[in-house]
Amino acid sequence: MKIRRYAGVTTFIVAGALALTACSGGSSGSNDEPSDAAGEATTGIVSVNGTEPQNPLTPGMTNEVGGGLAVKNIFSGLVYYDSEGASHNEMAESIESEDNQHWTITIQDGWTFSDGTPVTAESYVKAWKYTALLSNGQNQQYFFHDFAGWSDTEDSEIAVEAVDEHTFTVELIAPSADFQLWLGYSAFMPMPDVFFENPDIYSDAPVGNGPYVVDSWEHENVISLRPNPDYKGPRTPKNGGIDIVIYTDENTAYNDLLSDNLDIITNVPSSAFATFEDDLGDRAINQPAAVVQVVQVPEWREEFQGEAGKLRRQAISQAIDREQVTETVFGGTRTPATDFTSPVIDGYSDDIPGAEVLQFDAEEAKRLWDEAEAMDPLGADYTLEIASNADSDHQTWVDAVCNQVRNALDIGCEFYPYPTFDEFLNARDDASVPGIFRGGWQADWPSMSNFLGPVYGTGAGSNDAQYSNPAFDEKLKEAGQAATPDEATALYKEAQQILFEDLPGIPLWYNNATAGYAETVGNVEFGWDSDPILYEVTKSE
Amino acid sequence: MRWYIGRRLLQVIPVFLGATLLLYALVFLRPGDPVAALGGERGLPEAVQEQIRERYNLDKPFLVQYLLFLKGVFTLDFGVDFRGREIVDVIAGAFPVTIQLAVMALIIEAVFGIGLGLVAGLRKGGIFDGSVLVISLLVIAVPTFVIGFVLQFLLGVKAGLFPVTVGRDPNFESLLLPAIVLAAASFAYVLRLTRTSVAENLSADYVRTARARGLTRSRVTGRHVLRNSLIPVVTFLGGDLGGLMAGAIVTEGIFNINGVGGTLYQAITRGENVTVVSLTTVLVIVYILANLLVDLLYAALDPRIRYA
Amino acid sequence: MPENIDVTGARRDQPRRGQEHFVAPVDEGGLGAVDAVSTTQAPKSLWGDAWAHMRGNVLFWVAGAVIALVVVVAVAPGLFTSIGPRACDLSQSLSGPAAGHPFGFDFQGCDIYSRTVYGARASVVVGVLATAMVVVIGTIVGAIAGYFGGWFDTLLSRLTDIFFAVPLVLAAIVIMSLMSTRTSFTVALVLSLFGWPQIARITRGTVMSVKNNEFVTAARSLGMGRVGILLRHVLPNSTAPIIVYATVALGTFIVAEATLSYLGIGLPPSIVSWGGDISKAQNSIRVAPEILFYPAGGLALTVLGFIMMGDVVRDALDPKARKR
Repeated sequence: MKIRRYAGVTTFIVAGALALTACSGGSSGSNDEPSDAAGEATTGIVSVNGTEPQNPLTPGMTNEVGGGLAVKNIFSGLVYYDSEGASHNEMAESIESEDNQHWTITIQDGWTFSDGTPVTAESYVKAWKYTALLSNGQNQQYFFHDFAGWSDTEDSEIAVEAVDEHTFTVELIAPSADFQLWLGYSAFMPMPDVFFENPDIYSDAPVGNGPYVVDSWEHENVISLRPNPDYKGPRTPKNGGIDIVIYTDENTAYNDLLSDNLDIITNVPSSAFATFEDDLGDRAINQPAAVVQVVQVPEWREEFQGEAGKLRRQAISQAIDREQVTETVFGGTRTPATDFTSPVIDGYSDDIPGAEVLQFDAEEAKRLWDEAEAMDPLGADYTLEIASNADSDHQTWVDAVCNQVRNALDIGCEFYPYPTFDEFLNARDDASVPGIFRGGWQADWPSMSNFLGPVYGTGAGSNDAQYSNPAFDEKLKEAGQAATPDEATALYKEAQQILFEDLPGIPLWYNNATAGYAETVGNVEFGWDSDPILYEVTKSE
Repeated sequence: MRWYIGRRLLQVIPVFLGATLLLYALVFLRPGDPVAALGGERGLPEAVQEQIRERYNLDKPFLVQYLLFLKGVFTLDFGVDFRGREIVDVIAGAFPVTIQLAVMALIIEAVFGIGLGLVAGLRKGGIFDGSVLVISLLVIAVPTFVIGFVLQFLLGVKAGLFPVTVGRDPNFESLLLPAIVLAAASFAYVLRLTRTSVAENLSADYVRTARARGLTRSRVTGRHVLRNSLIPVVTFLGGDLGGLMAGAIVTEGIFNINGVGGTLYQAITRGENVTVVSLTTVLVIVYILANLLVDLLYAALDPRIRYA
Repeated sequence: MPENIDVTGARRDQPRRGQEHFVAPVDEGGLGAVDAVSTTQAPKSLWGDAWAHMRGNVLFWVAGAVIALVVVVAVAPGLFTSIGPRACDLSQSLSGPAAGHPFGFDFQGCDIYSRTVYGARASVVVGVLATAMVVVIGTIVGAIAGYFGGWFDTLLSRLTDIFFAVPLVLAAIVIMSLMSTRTSFTVALVLSLFGWPQIARITRGTVMSVKNNEFVTAARSLGMGRVGILLRHVLPNSTAPIIVYATVALGTFIVAEATLSYLGIGLPPSIVSWGGDISKAQNSIRVAPEILFYPAGGLALTVLGFIMMGDVVRDALDPKARKR
């Protein structure tokens, strides 16, 4: 009888290119020097916790946090993001377009991969085509879905062509002003020729062009990154290297941090939410992230359809005291939601008409529920199920929310666990979830459209609740074609107004990046993607 | 005796086939679709999923998958896991530290369990017996997670007496605390089994006879009582070795040990059938050998037990 | 002459007519205790004997009282508290004891006393049921394998090995997912389905040792059947390790239920259990370690009751211990 509790679970990044203060689209950004914050170059090896990568460390395969941290440090793309989330050219000389649909990209001369071969336009073209080609089975294939020629049903080449050694062109399916913002995401990194010679060969030390190279990878133990002597770009390491130490339990990593065995922890364990800011003082990090948590309300459940369904959605939303849950359950490491996007997104506002439905009001909630009951009775025995995968720590907040729902609405409310993530996915896909279910969204790039279209657009990939409202789809379309960003923002707000009416998902809270570091290191900053900016960290030996 | 051992070793084959078939059936019946989960919340296009299923033979019928696995075993080519890593490497990476940890835990639970159990059994009903009962209640009722966390925090982080985690440097010193934590739960079994058997055997005829013959108390205890009391204890320890190796999930997590328990657990939740069955195959062999050793020990402990 | 008239002046426990002592009176002989054969009563059954022996043991009554208390709490938790275990108020999260709430509140703001009382039922059912099932399966398999040996042993022992090899998490994920409803019974079923091999091996080892005893040879030479010897002589002398293993396993099963529930494959969250609360208390261990104490205390008390009872029963069943 020896199974016991186990907490570690792979976390996926759905996210990608991120930047807050985006460079204006169209012309190239200037080749800014990185903001030279405090800290001269040091030689200490910085240790940071991580999880064992679940895929080969290649741009086309790595789609989860474990591998992501390594990949973004061993590969360099066209642009990179600084700690403010602003994008700067890394390998790109220029990224230009007349119409925001046909792009011409010029890369800098003189870059090499760690095996000495040059990085050329062809390195990008081949890598992108390889990842986007369906039969190559790449996890990141989806990220090329806005490229002309992309298909997820048959093999077809995307419209990326090399013009000369340093220039290549891209054609998108539709104009996209923020194209260059995507390009810092790992799916858009180049790959060396040696990879294409035999892509299936698994390598512990992939050849890259980033600020670091993999020195050694002891599986399930540590990935050692050392500065790449041939690195030409602006992300010059200020330390002697990075050790990504693999943990399966964040509590353990945290205890190692407290005893100076670990320099940086990227995720504070939930058991330390209440104490970590006292434990670490100004070495604690608790800053907003571009992640919004919602409960999806499935269209396939009869009780949530029609007029009564609408009332029930509102009743559930108003029965939840978000303030109390974020403060008590999450110790202030979440921020109550006021919209469907995130406060770190340009155009965010907390006073969209209809957002009152996110305010806790037990009496109003009960009144709405009773009104729905009068129209279409479910009976007093009704139990609201809140489903989630159980292999990650979701039960605590679901329990808290359920207690609030029970107290306010006088109905049953239970956590409905799926033992594994894939079972949860399955149940969502075949519409067999017996109630509302957890949904979280992390943006691919920093625009409101990315929070709305993929989740609530008719037939969209992550529209797990199967919501469909032509008026909402129309608003999104209008916003995509808007002439100015302000106009677009206004239209996205109108689109959200529709969502507040229909509540296809009930926004709960925004995640914060909760992290910390030991006294052994300096100049630690966390990026928009909640990952530490490792090359800037200083540590003396 | 030699014939008996030979026959037992031959029996490894049917057990191996039975266990792997049962395991394969279980992983096959496991609900959910591991390939779909590879894409995270975003999911993967259906065509990509088919690709992956084909690559890992997941599209084949059950028996074909099982036979392909057997072929892999006999050619010592287990294939690769979803990460593209050779499963042989995964096994080679996880087992050494796990064996070290499990053996240390086994020794700890055997030494302390038998030692304390013996004294408690000899003085049944006394204060010592009572205190030992309280200790065993404690390790039964307080889960490993808590024992591990508390010991790590107090002895490791606060007092600095032990390394906080094992990580990439598994040695005797760093594995000592994890081994103690791992041994805690089984310790209660060893202790109670020893104590009761000792107490029971104390009243056996041969003990009275031996005492009557004028043998010293310690000699009676050592040569007769303890030896005769050890049969259930040794049985438990033999069966527990495999359990300590496969079930150290929590302990491995707390002390950041890259071992079999955690690897197995993750492979189960990810639905990596071949990894699960391959790792367990090694465990099956450990179980069989440990149980064989126990059976041989019976004959040494109790001369009346003979194997033809 | 009527039998009850005492013509010889001897006491009532003297031999009846036709039976005579040719040595000193029973009470005076040094070997009296050994030789004393009750000739006036019908021989007691094994269990009757055990019962008589247990009745006189204080520990039996203590253990009985503990178990009775746990059972009453499990059957009728409403007698002990008027507060519902699921009436929780997050604003009370981790508050200390207050009037009417002697143990204070847990992380979700639920009354810990009430949860401890209501948690007994599921935990006791899972623990007792799973233990009972592994004891039955394990004893049967182990006794047959150990006593008959040969092909029985080979077959049953290898079957045990096969079940030994299956990781419980895997088996539980598969079996629990295939079940449409999850109750204490299904959880106990899964725990016992893969929990019996250890007890089977322990029984087998003990039986192998016991069957070589002189009294077994004696019984055989008296013409007793093999099955009869197994049931009447071998098994009663093999109970000690089985009982001990079972009483400790009872506790581990209750904790194991928590693990299964934590993984989403145990009891549904609507069922309060000690295991579940122990597992939840772990989240607060840095700030409020004391809330762990109550569900773990309930578990420890239950296990204590069964361990003591196991001791008493074992003593009572052990012919050696009764000789004195």
